[in-house]
Amino acid sequence: MCTVCGCSDGPKIDGKAHAHSHANAHPHTHDHGHAHHHAHGHDHNHAHDHHHYGTGDAGVTVPGMTQERLISVESDILAKNNIHAASNRRVLDALQSFAVNLVSSPGSGKTTLLCKTIAALGDHPLAVIEGDQQTSNDADRIRATGARAVQVNTGKGCHLDGHMVGHAMDDLRLSAHSLLFIENVGNLVCPAAFDLGEDAKVAILSVTEGEDKPLKYPDMFTAATVAVLNKTDLAPHCDADLDAYEANLRRVNPDITVLRVSARTGEGMDTWLDWLRAGLAGKARA
Amino acid sequence: MHEMSLAEGIRSTVIEQAQAQGFARVTRVRLEIGRFAGVEKPALEFAFDVVMRGSPAEGAELQMIDLPGRALCYDCVAEVEIDDRLDPCPRCGGGKLMPQGGDEMRIKDMEVL
Repeated sequence: MCTVCGCSDGPKIDGKAHAHSHANAHPHTHDHGHAHHHAHGHDHNHAHDHHHYGTGDAGVTVPGMTQERLISVESDILAKNNIHAASNRRVLDALQSFAVNLVSSPGSGKTTLLCKTIAALGDHPLAVIEGDQQTSNDADRIRATGARAVQVNTGKGCHLDGHMVGHAMDDLRLSAHSLLFIENVGNLVCPAAFDLGEDAKVAILSVTEGEDKPLKYPDMFTAATVAVLNKTDLAPHCDADLDAYEANLRRVNPDITVLRVSARTGEGMDTWLDWLRAGLAGKARA
Repeated sequence: MHEMSLAEGIRSTVIEQAQAQGFARVTRVRLEIGRFAGVEKPALEFAFDVVMRGSPAEGAELQMIDLPGRALCYDCVAEVEIDDRLDPCPRCGGGKLMPQGGDEMRIKDMEVL
């Protein structure tokens, strides 16, 4: 079979094997406007009488004519990312480690929550992947707690992807039964679509952001397993209605677990830590 | 913003398929995009035009087929179709709906030369 144009019996042209390379240049400027979509009802005046080799998907092969064919692809646009994510997931499963993908708007308090979480977890094995467009400020803050951290700068990129996280995990050399915190780029839109291989997405929402934020950015809150409603110590100062936050979170995701936390005062941190430990214990059992 | 990354994903599939199946040009790419996929179609069209330059799909037509948004209503326990993420249940008017699919982003097929 000629794989160049999909014909079934490799026609010979000028006594040579049909070896024209479509790879170089070959712009195929057909002056008819691609109007014959496999219909075979065309009335071109070519002399030979219609030896159509492939009438199926592989298409037609009449040299000098347009040779359109339809190739069924049926693959996810993010298939590559999903392969990387699946590989990360296998590594995490083998290590019986639990990974959370922390997603939020910039300024929700992800890094502070992480620093306090690391302090509260003591000498529990853990590591952090920090995603930001620029700077290593966040990784520096994490390292100041004594934890291992890798900073991923995405440049203009608006999200971490499975490939970046895989390389960061290589550098971190996680030990068994670790917690892996992946702090995504602050962005409530794009990271929703990119699986990193994590066990759960945790959306962090601070009480200064507005009760209707889950309604404005439903995709991320739908993708999340847990929402941490952070900075609850500020609620009285900004007339935040915590019940309204919860109601709106449940409206876009009836299954979501909502944890009210103030990383600053430590209020609610126990429930958050319990959730993390339960997740880790679940990986050990699996 | 992630439409650029999606276009990169399409480009890499185009190049892979061109090598595997031996074609030089793609004239049309058809995608299936779920209503809840979070894809901004004009942004993806723009990204597609830019990202496909220099690939077999340069200048190719991009067609996007909408797939419906489906959700499970936690009130009447029916799977329903909704147009908007925040729509109430069309059967019972309930507001607790969990999306079930509708986040597809697939390359369906390509027309090639």
